[in-house]
Amino acid sequence: MHLSLQMVLAQMMLGLNTGAFYAVLSLGLAVIFGLLNIINFAHGALYMLGAFVALLGYNKLGPLLGVPGLHLNYWAALLVAPLVVGALGMAIEKTMLKRLYKVDHLYGLLLTFGLALILQGVFTNYFNVSGTPYGGKPEILGGALNLGFMWFPTYRLWSIGLSLVVCFATWFVVERTKLGSYLRAGTENPALVQAFGVNVPLMITLTYGFGVALAAFAGVVAAPIYSVSPIMGSEMIITVFAVVVIGGMGSIMGSIITGLSLGMLEGLTKVVYPPASNTVIFFMMIVVLLVRPAGLFGREQ
Amino acid sequence: MKKGLVRAALSAAFVGAFVGMSAFPGSALAAGISNDVVKIGVLTDMSGVYSAIGGEGSVTAAKMAVADFGGTVLGKPIDVISADHQNKPDIASTKARQWADTDHVDMITGLLNSGAAIAVQKIGTEKKMITMATGAGSTALTNKDCGPYGIHYVYDTYSLPKVAGSAIVQHGGKTWFFLTADYAFGHSLEKNTAAFVKSQGGKVLGQVRHPLATADFSSYLLQAQASGAKVIGLANAGGDFVNAVKQAREFGIVQGGQTIAGMLVFLSDVKSLGLDVAQGMEFATSFYWDRDPASRAWSKRYFAKTGAMPTMDQAGVYSATMTYLKAIKAAGTDDPDAVMKTLRGMKIDDFFSINGHLRADGTMVHDMFLVEVKKPSESKGPWDLLKVIKQVPGDQAFMPMSEGTCPLVKAGGGAGTGGY
Repeated sequence: MHLSLQMVLAQMMLGLNTGAFYAVLSLGLAVIFGLLNIINFAHGALYMLGAFVALLGYNKLGPLLGVPGLHLNYWAALLVAPLVVGALGMAIEKTMLKRLYKVDHLYGLLLTFGLALILQGVFTNYFNVSGTPYGGKPEILGGALNLGFMWFPTYRLWSIGLSLVVCFATWFVVERTKLGSYLRAGTENPALVQAFGVNVPLMITLTYGFGVALAAFAGVVAAPIYSVSPIMGSEMIITVFAVVVIGGMGSIMGSIITGLSLGMLEGLTKVVYPPASNTVIFFMMIVVLLVRPAGLFGREQ
Repeated sequence: MKKGLVRAALSAAFVGAFVGMSAFPGSALAAGISNDVVKIGVLTDMSGVYSAIGGEGSVTAAKMAVADFGGTVLGKPIDVISADHQNKPDIASTKARQWADTDHVDMITGLLNSGAAIAVQKIGTEKKMITMATGAGSTALTNKDCGPYGIHYVYDTYSLPKVAGSAIVQHGGKTWFFLTADYAFGHSLEKNTAAFVKSQGGKVLGQVRHPLATADFSSYLLQAQASGAKVIGLANAGGDFVNAVKQAREFGIVQGGQTIAGMLVFLSDVKSLGLDVAQGMEFATSFYWDRDPASRAWSKRYFAKTGAMPTMDQAGVYSATMTYLKAIKAAGTDDPDAVMKTLRGMKIDDFFSINGHLRADGTMVHDMFLVEVKKPSESKGPWDLLKVIKQVPGDQAFMPMSEGTCPLVKAGGGAGTGGY
């Protein structure tokens, strides 16, 4: 494998694409962990669910309503899938997670892991594991752009840009607005915030809904790039957890920066030594945990 | 050298003794139908990576064959049952054992995964049950893992690259770079293709191995692009093949002048890619629905039942089931030894198989075809996808038995070969 500058740049670009997905997914995990102290293992399954809402909305909405030619198009799916999955998330929080806030973190992890297995099992039963291609990619995002060092598909460029916008918008809301300050205060001292007249239980429900809506959003963005399959989430979630651990649990900016840079690290590894590309992130995780147990951006408790 | 000869003689003697013991436990062959029913089991991938290739379509094909045969053989009913082997050898073995022991299944067909097929064929040897693998590719089925009741019916990882790889080199694809699925099937496909490429004067510039069921091929494709090879050979199948081809087009690799060559391509893959993406691709197949009047007539009947044209695996299941039933009728019994003997003496010619015959090592040798995917402008309908470029006689496509390593051949043939 010869290392040319062109090759490195091209693989960095691809890495940025993967990294943008890591960033959006780990961001959702970080927000949920920050406020609920729940390690949300269902995150990957809800990402998969978001992709399926887009796929089924595109393929089955017309037949379902008896209107031939009716599709839930891509742009609508970008809104509908996060809303549907976010609503499901809020129902999960209200009926199940709520009961676990007083017990150990581990119970939340086990519950969400169980949910992930159920969701994945149900979908595997009805859908092809090798994936179903999503046909709803907008015409306007077809084709490829010449970046000078490579041809890069327009849609992938769009997916990077859109993911980054969503990441930074989330960061801005949490870190720079009044709503965000309630959230942050709620994580520090819920009783006090409640005393000021803020409805903390509702805030928690909405936060969980928002976190999983981010996962569903990532699923819709991923659908035109990869095939939509029941196992797409489980393949992603382990890596994303490593990203969260490296960045530091609960740090918003940390998870964004770590997600992007680890995606690029993975891309570079694919040039230098492809077999290690699956494990390089976990290797990083070990190194970081040895040096800074709270993660690169985490605060020591 | 000398040692090798001694070992070969010893193993031949051992296997000979083994076949002698297992194949003819009694003296005379039983006549008539065991358990008053002929049971055919379709064991295939019903829900996974390869379900579009086999799945429900294979079950439909087997049932069509039974109906066309008349529903009975030698006055006894014929039953078709099916199950999902989930591409896991352990699940396939458990099911095959249960079928052999409690359900009295006489023949198993389908077997869409090499690992599962090898495991089930071993059980066939043990339980005296005929297996007709239509979907598995590995040549191990007719070499080191061959069995007296095992038949490899549709294609293998030698015949496909021999037909396609050689042709692509002759058409100017002199330099190759492989993208290979990182398990036994991919490795054997890559190895065989590389050998044919070199024998035609071509060169292999490199390869990269990807895990099974990879979603994103982009970085591997860029490496293939950077190698400057004329041909990017895909030694993978199903979803992996489809994803790799789709992304090669997205990244402008095909437009840049490199050719993508799939070593194992099914009609369902081409359909899923669409002609825009797949046009111009050459590959080898044992069957195409629009090949000739007979294949067309059958496939149209199949289409009326399933809404899709058959893959070579699905057409192969029909042909295998039909051939098996004809052999029972000709032998006057469903006794596996008698049926195998009849099968080996038959000419297997129908809408699927042209100039077919069954060899001692279990290979069903038949003509193979080089096909090319049509341009959208050439296509006259939703399933008008391929044109047949060349017909290759079976004995030029399949591995010569003299080069194989099936111990049964060295010992004088499998069950029903009469010892020669």
